[in-house]
Amino acid sequence: MEDVKIGVYICHCGLNIAGTVDCSAVAKYAGSLPSVVVSRDYRYMCSDPGQDLIKNDITRLGINRVVVASCSPRMHELTFRNACQEGGLNPYLYEQANIREQCSWVHDDKKVATEKAKDIVRAAVKRVYFHEALEVKEAPVNPNVLVVGGGIAGIQAALDIANGGKKVYLVEREASIGGHMIQFDRTFPTLDCSECILTPKMADVGHHPFIELLAYSEVEEVSGSIGQFKVKVNKKARHIDESKCVGCGVCEQKCPWKVPSEFEMGLGKRGVIYIPFAQAIPNLATVDAEHCVYIQSDGKKCGACIKFCEAEAVTPETLLNQSDQIVELEVGSIIVTTGYDQFDPSVISQYGYGKYDNVLTGLQFERMTCAAGPTGGKIVLNSGKEPESVAIVHCVGSRDQNYHEYCSRVCCMYGLKYAHLIKELANAEVYEFYIDMRCFGEGYEEFYKRLSEEGVNFIRGKVAKVTDRAISDEEKGKLMVVTEDTLLGKMIRVPVDMVILCAALEARSDADKVASLFTLNRRADGFFLERHVKLDPVATPTDGVFIAGCCEGPKDIPDTVAQASAAAAKALSLISKGTITLESAIANVDETKCLGCGRCEEICTFHAPKVVSKNGVMVSSINETLCKGCGACAVVCPTGAMSIRHFTQEEIAAQVGALTELS
Amino acid sequence: MEILSPYKEATDVILEAGGEPLRLCYQCGICTGSCPWNLVRSFIVRRIIHEAQLGATDFESEELWLCATCRACVQSCPRGVEIIDVMRALRKVVTELGVAKVPDALRLSVKNISGTRNPMGEEQEKRADWAKGLNVKPFTEGTELLYFPGCYPSYEARDKGIALATVSILKKAGMDFGILGVKESCCGELVRKSGNEAVFQSLVESNIRVFTETHVKRILVSSPHCYNTFKNEYPDFGGNFEVIHSTQLLLELIKEQKIELTKELNRRVVYSDPCYLGRHNGIYDEPREVLKSIPGLELIEMPDSREEAVCCGGGGGRIWMETKKGERFSDLRLKQAIELGAEVLAVACPVCMCMYKDSQLSVDKGEAIEVKDITELVQEAM
Repeated sequence: MEDVKIGVYICHCGLNIAGTVDCSAVAKYAGSLPSVVVSRDYRYMCSDPGQDLIKNDITRLGINRVVVASCSPRMHELTFRNACQEGGLNPYLYEQANIREQCSWVHDDKKVATEKAKDIVRAAVKRVYFHEALEVKEAPVNPNVLVVGGGIAGIQAALDIANGGKKVYLVEREASIGGHMIQFDRTFPTLDCSECILTPKMADVGHHPFIELLAYSEVEEVSGSIGQFKVKVNKKARHIDESKCVGCGVCEQKCPWKVPSEFEMGLGKRGVIYIPFAQAIPNLATVDAEHCVYIQSDGKKCGACIKFCEAEAVTPETLLNQSDQIVELEVGSIIVTTGYDQFDPSVISQYGYGKYDNVLTGLQFERMTCAAGPTGGKIVLNSGKEPESVAIVHCVGSRDQNYHEYCSRVCCMYGLKYAHLIKELANAEVYEFYIDMRCFGEGYEEFYKRLSEEGVNFIRGKVAKVTDRAISDEEKGKLMVVTEDTLLGKMIRVPVDMVILCAALEARSDADKVASLFTLNRRADGFFLERHVKLDPVATPTDGVFIAGCCEGPKDIPDTVAQASAAAAKALSLISKGTITLESAIANVDETKCLGCGRCEEICTFHAPKVVSKNGVMVSSINETLCKGCGACAVVCPTGAMSIRHFTQEEIAAQVGALTELS
Repeated sequence: MEILSPYKEATDVILEAGGEPLRLCYQCGICTGSCPWNLVRSFIVRRIIHEAQLGATDFESEELWLCATCRACVQSCPRGVEIIDVMRALRKVVTELGVAKVPDALRLSVKNISGTRNPMGEEQEKRADWAKGLNVKPFTEGTELLYFPGCYPSYEARDKGIALATVSILKKAGMDFGILGVKESCCGELVRKSGNEAVFQSLVESNIRVFTETHVKRILVSSPHCYNTFKNEYPDFGGNFEVIHSTQLLLELIKEQKIELTKELNRRVVYSDPCYLGRHNGIYDEPREVLKSIPGLELIEMPDSREEAVCCGGGGGRIWMETKKGERFSDLRLKQAIELGAEVLAVACPVCMCMYKDSQLSVDKGEAIEVKDITELVQEAM
């Protein structure tokens, strides 16, 4: 071993560490350890002057190992490794001692904490002695991008990347892209028609030379890592000839079997062969095989669509013999934009959803006011009549620890939007039942003022009950909304014809499956975890996988689009750089000891080791672009041939041994 | 003119008395909306919490004594505020610091409990008189099951049938059980909710001592109030016992075929979930399954059932207080049962039984319906 010269730096981290640990005492102690040539303490090591201390000591004192005792390596290991590199020292000759999260933040007693900090620093010093310079390798980044989910977030991200000249695969599980936004009628606060602003983007996606749209498809498997993911996508069978179908819709008209339309939120029906809505992209029919009588009877019954399709896109062949197809994609980064589900308010029995007629959810009301929707854009009761009065109930399933503790962010605004539409289309009396009015965005507060001018009645109170039990003649045939008007301090019963429940936005029911496919974490509220809630909202702890839109948490369209573009920028940045730095602390085979038994290959979840023939001998060989350095292979290796660089026996033994030393 | 200013000292006193949950309240008002009082008068629960938050509580108000602790508010509360604990804290402040008068009727009942261990003021020596001639053995170490009827089935004429039916069923099932009789004290549940923590703790101490001395393991109760306090409150004082309510035991006995229901009871029956079985302890199905096991019995669900059941108005010490006619929830509930054409209103709580039997006297056609405990119905079917 060359002459080892260790520099130790004890960070105060303001008062975070120095408030509980006597940093100068720890620095003095570190200075007394073998091979330590300089030991300093400083306020903020991660700052420029702090980093300069390290760089100067490398140049002037020739130190060739660095220990910084500070926060968790998860915070600043990279910062200090870079500082070493800039100072001319290999970044792997650096060791971080965590005396913050593991010491000053968890102890009160200054004496005890200082002694513990000394122990931690001693362990780091003993370990860093055995660190070796490791080569920093790079691998190329596949410039293709996978976007999962074709709602507004996915559409925006795909367009941003494609417009940057890079190839995007956009995978969408429904028969058409558009997500929830295409179900909306108007968007707040401008009252733009949602379809009108979205369909041009959808059309762009459909035509874009750089976007390969895989609709009616789902991701089945993801392997690899940043820069080189391999993805298996299941292209579900539509049971039509996609090259011939022109999307004329005659097949759906002629289909004698109707089922509830998921797109119409149960308010309307669709054919078993169907196009989900008029502006579907791709504009292709799809056969719902589960309900198709022809398919289920093996070709013996029905077949109406076959008869009427002039393009001959539906044939017995396509119906009976078409099967799902697996497509394999290779991409460098992935953007997950899978969106949200609407909370089902039938669990709140007091609100009567599913029990009483004319109690609707937000998404159902959207379909009702849509001109192309199941009621032709008319606000109607089950009876067919127009309502004379409508109640809009806020916070259904949101801000409620019995369901979802979080606020769904958009409901106050869409509640106001519905009030406006009701006034415009039905001229009915509108009652908004709210706890707080959350109008935080651009034009939102002004929109609230506008609705006050339009004569909407605002009643502050969380609705206790919706009931059809009349206690007077005026109430007969109506639904009564019962609540305390907290501003009046009185109980109030408001008879209305229709109740709209502003149901919460919640994580998709299959979020667990998506999370495990893309190695995402879920937060306590069910949505996907971002890397840092404030400073990195579209990245995730998994390198190369980004999230955007409502799958990251409830948000309105402007925020969704902003996040989608942010994720696209992150992907493009990766592609622009062209390479990624590989983890250097990875597995390493001593071929003289390796038996070629294959246990490492068996245990590795990243498929990095492979037993191959080298010079006629079977030995394990590590694919350095896949290895994550997790250490599982080293544990199972029977001969000790496998070790993990930067975590060798020597290094770990020195660290552990130092901790058991009496100081 | 005096303008209100926050009076933190009052808030601190309330917090210290157990009112900490009030901090969480964001004043949405669903508590007021869910409270059964608002079916008969105005009772703004939310305002009481906010007044307490600012130290502006009117301790002399009769409103502090209205809460029947039915838990409808707590159940709906989106912030999880334990409103009943806040009410209890307010009552505790009045009781212990004397900042206002405790209602007379309540004061008397608590005084009785303190003296003779039952709210009626009857002699403690007469606590086991209901069992005279029934050959019920005293509970001793080694007896499997302690039957704890509670004050009402022991002393109250309207509720005696409950104890008698229970004992009859236990004997027919061949259960090894005993009673503690005069050694029992009131379980204390209602006393605690009415704000008298000192009397409650003395009752707890006394009962735990007796149970421990006689090595009680499993307690059968007739009252969901006893059930609630033995199960959820006594452990805080070192009293850990297995508690089972009569409807739960009945279902066990039926399923294990230790009792057989052979006589038909061809009646239209409705069941009103007691607050302390339902909302407080989540027991909704067992009583219904027991009723459905009775041959010939037609069980009709009441409107407002299970989690939405309407309180009888007796909890929280209110059974001891006078409620104006026209403001009694038990009247409303009885009327609901009558309107459904029910012949029997089945209950699973001696407090409910008392309240509904009282209502029978003032509600139109009240005598046309029978109020029966589930144990009584099961006994009739055996």
